[in-house]
Amino acid sequence: MTLNDKKVKELFPILSGNIVYLDSAATAQKPKCVLDAITDFYLHKNANPMRGLYDLSITATDDYELSRKACARFIGAADACEIIFTRNATESLNLAADCIGATLTPDDEILVATSEHHSNFLPWKKACERSGASIRFLDCMPDGIMTPEMLKAALTPKTKLFSVAQISNVFGRINPVEEYAKICHENGTLICIDASQSVPHIAVDVRKIDADFLAFSGHKLYGPMGIGVLYGKKKLLKKLPPFLRGGEMIDYVSKERIIFADLPHKYEAGTVSAADAAGLRAAIEFVEGIGFDEIEKRELHLTELAMEGMKKIPHVRLLGGYTPGEHNGILTFTIDDVHPHDIAAMFAAENVCIRAGHHCAQPLHLLLGIPSTVRASIAFYNTDEDIEKFLSVLATIRSQMGYE
Amino acid sequence: MNNKTFYNEILTEHNRFPAHKHPIENPDFSMVGVNPSCGDDIVLNLKVKDGIITDGSYEGSGCAVSQASADIMLDLVIGRSIDEAKHLADIFMRMIKDSITDEELEELEEAAALQDISHMPSRVKCAVLGWRTMNEIFDDSEEE
Repeated sequence: MTLNDKKVKELFPILSGNIVYLDSAATAQKPKCVLDAITDFYLHKNANPMRGLYDLSITATDDYELSRKACARFIGAADACEIIFTRNATESLNLAADCIGATLTPDDEILVATSEHHSNFLPWKKACERSGASIRFLDCMPDGIMTPEMLKAALTPKTKLFSVAQISNVFGRINPVEEYAKICHENGTLICIDASQSVPHIAVDVRKIDADFLAFSGHKLYGPMGIGVLYGKKKLLKKLPPFLRGGEMIDYVSKERIIFADLPHKYEAGTVSAADAAGLRAAIEFVEGIGFDEIEKRELHLTELAMEGMKKIPHVRLLGGYTPGEHNGILTFTIDDVHPHDIAAMFAAENVCIRAGHHCAQPLHLLLGIPSTVRASIAFYNTDEDIEKFLSVLATIRSQMGYE
Repeated sequence: MNNKTFYNEILTEHNRFPAHKHPIENPDFSMVGVNPSCGDDIVLNLKVKDGIITDGSYEGSGCAVSQASADIMLDLVIGRSIDEAKHLADIFMRMIKDSITDEELEELEEAAALQDISHMPSRVKCAVLGWRTMNEIFDDSEEE
């Protein structure tokens, strides 16, 4: 599908007003088809999936499993049972860390990239604290680069798992996760990939990467809040213990004995969010309909436009790579002498939504020696006009604060 | 564009050229004030003699709102009694969180320039940081 600026705004009802939304890395806006899919589920298919023996429950179950198949197809999983639905990427990563954590000994190590979002650090830290294993960190270079050689040097025979984002939520750079996976596997180390920032922007294939775990949120992928995915290799998920316990994750329960359900239900305790799964499926079909070629083309163009303009404004300092291709729509920056929260407030006064703070990546900000930053994040539904507005406000920030 | 934001000249001038942002020797009170949402992190120092604030300063870093507000506060309270400072802090807090009379607004002098922040819930913590820290100093000294 070829898009133009007018057409994208029509697809996303919330963007029809005066708002310039440049915070898609925090959460993406939802196309109308996603909202319709959620409504359709509750209007026509709502019953508790997997429980009832009547037609409506069977419809709900079928619809839910159709969403699972859509996720499997979307990330290239071999089998739909490798897709576990969660609330969000944070829960997905907690699930992976909790289950791996149960197998750790004090002799083991977990390696985490310093640039990770807190949600891909704190669950692993907890798993290590509980098991007595050690947590170690892989620092990136100041521009966010982590070479395969750096990973190779950081692994030890004790490293059980390496967890890393495919695209950092601060730098926007694509990490060579395929090469990371190869190096990890040669060392007998598992690899867990946080794909929250990558699945909305680039095609992701878990088998090509050879990921052991891969997590993402629905809400950053133009889907609803409240639904996320954890992909895990079947042989790994089969042998790991369950995460949450409760309804529909068992085959048999007596006072003495529990037999857990098969994959994927073993990991989905309690009533699932089938309507949000339907919304996520609609989002995936929407993205597939547009195609990543078109998405990447639009986002690269908008990133180029933004970076060209930012270069011309004195005192604006962009983090990460020098070329638009290294950013995937994520532009994190500082302005000399102006605090990021003041910058965001001045943008807010002009109806431009950007993020300020440490972006849930405090260890990275400490490593870089910057207390906080500002982040504008672009999605394919942004327009040239959005970027022009962003740049026009950016150019006034220092003068609004009384400089020059 | 300027008139749309609360970054008026009083605020930006105090942020760029603070009169009280420096260490002082032998303060009677030093208290850390932190606002995790903006990463504002200040130390407020006061010298007090016979119930009068004879000198004061702040150190640290933060957004313009937190820095300017602390500087304006010190302008107001240095030379006044603790009771007067408490009274001003009470008016300031009510201005930000609720509402005050025109007479009270006048008492706040330059601090009145921060009134519009009451419409920005995410920035209220920045505006009150210095004032909250000063109140904590007074509360602690009363307990002793």
